[in-house]
Amino acid sequence: MSRDPSQLLYAETHEWADLVTDADQSIATVGISAFAIEQLNDLVYMDLPEVGKAVVAGEEFGEVESVKAVSPLYSPVTGEVIEVHADLPDQLDQLNDDPYNFGWILKVKLADNDGRDRLMDHAAYEKQCADAG
Amino acid sequence: MTDSLQFTPLDTWHRQAGAKMVPFAGYEMPIQYSSIVTEHHACRNSAALFDVSHMGRLRFDGDGSELLLDRLLTRRVSDLKLGRVRYGLICNDEGGILDDVLVSNLETPSQRRFHLMVVNASNRQKIIDWITPILDDFPTVTMSDRTPLTAMIAVQGPKAIDVCKRLFKFDPSRLKYYQAAITDQFAKPAIISRTGYTGEDGFELVVRAEEATRVWENLMLVGRDEGFVAAGLGARDTLRMEAAMPLYGHELNETIDPITAGLSFACTLENHSFIGEEAIRKVAADGPAQVRIGLLPEGKRPAREGSDVLTAEGQKIGTVTSGGPSPTLGHPIAMAYVDAQHAALSNYQIDIRGKVVAAKPTALPFYRRPAAAS
Repeated sequence: MSRDPSQLLYAETHEWADLVTDADQSIATVGISAFAIEQLNDLVYMDLPEVGKAVVAGEEFGEVESVKAVSPLYSPVTGEVIEVHADLPDQLDQLNDDPYNFGWILKVKLADNDGRDRLMDHAAYEKQCADAG
Repeated sequence: MTDSLQFTPLDTWHRQAGAKMVPFAGYEMPIQYSSIVTEHHACRNSAALFDVSHMGRLRFDGDGSELLLDRLLTRRVSDLKLGRVRYGLICNDEGGILDDVLVSNLETPSQRRFHLMVVNASNRQKIIDWITPILDDFPTVTMSDRTPLTAMIAVQGPKAIDVCKRLFKFDPSRLKYYQAAITDQFAKPAIISRTGYTGEDGFELVVRAEEATRVWENLMLVGRDEGFVAAGLGARDTLRMEAAMPLYGHELNETIDPITAGLSFACTLENHSFIGEEAIRKVAADGPAQVRIGLLPEGKRPAREGSDVLTAEGQKIGTVTSGGPSPTLGHPIAMAYVDAQHAALSNYQIDIRGKVVAAKPTALPFYRRPAAAS
């Protein structure tokens, strides 16, 4: 199933989160937005955390590097990393083409206080990008 | 500071082409138009046009110009023949590098000789201030800052010369590497020099500011079928890094002397008296404390400026001055200064923001163009 960017939540720092809750747990899939990828341009390296690591909303969990610069990746949510997209760093060019599906970075098992109240919906995020643009 | 930013004569063109503009050395400059990697490859495979109008252009007229320049530069200028260009350094009394410059010996159509010095954008005012009091000793010499009146365009790449032969009345292949001439090609006098900062063949043009857009557009038009593109400062940096050309503020600064920077070729120590000579002579005799080397970090993660260089045992022995991915080679490259006694190790490590990776030394430059054009 293809992920719809208009249904995702966004951090000010351009990461997206797809929150799914079933009976016993809530999982967030995390990536970076098409806007951020376009701004970064020419990605060459991505540094991912290990499975089991705790991430905190608003705090750095890794780095993405373009030809020119290093940019930190901030977690949009708080919880524990349960899966990382290990193939992604070797296929960063594909991240350009499909940031919301192939381009997922982490899956996070959410903590009780998961930080989602700090996130914005797609409309608010689009406005932020337009204001920056 | 942003309110005092200056614009090059090509500013409107850049914006219409969708360039991403950034403040650089007091100017709004294009960092990239499409992608740094695309622009980089275009330069290596065809040619790229760079607006380098932000670089300073200082003209020296009058008897004794060459004597003034002899005193200022680490290389002699008085034996520079007409139509030649020379790379040299301007140093302080301690031998620290104030700037690295190109000096051309030129003649106007009315046969007036002059010297043109191209300085780094960020050092232009510093160099003007440095030279102004020295001019008192050379009353027949005048220095004029031509930067605001002119534009400078670099055309770099294997197809640069061939395409420009079609465009210009003046055949640029008449110029050998590091030669320059004045031509009235563009209705107004223009300076063409076979020089550049990318490791490719090509040349740099100085034209009147009001001619800049017309010249640029003609180059783009004629070169379009050959794959010419406009390239920004981003590609200029990856290209010069592959060519291991030092950049002021990175490999060069006022605490680094030319010998340490690996630029002893740019110092004439025989029969030449210049500012900083004594200090540089001493470093040349004693050997520099640090040496500039090339490193290939293992893996894909680029080492950036400021990363610590370590021995295989983890002892800090130097610092990366420029580093990034090499689009041509497909892996990261880095230049660093290391302590001279550790300049010939077979294994190094680099601390890239807390993660230590192995790095192999390599000869500089990282990239050399396949065959020199005629």
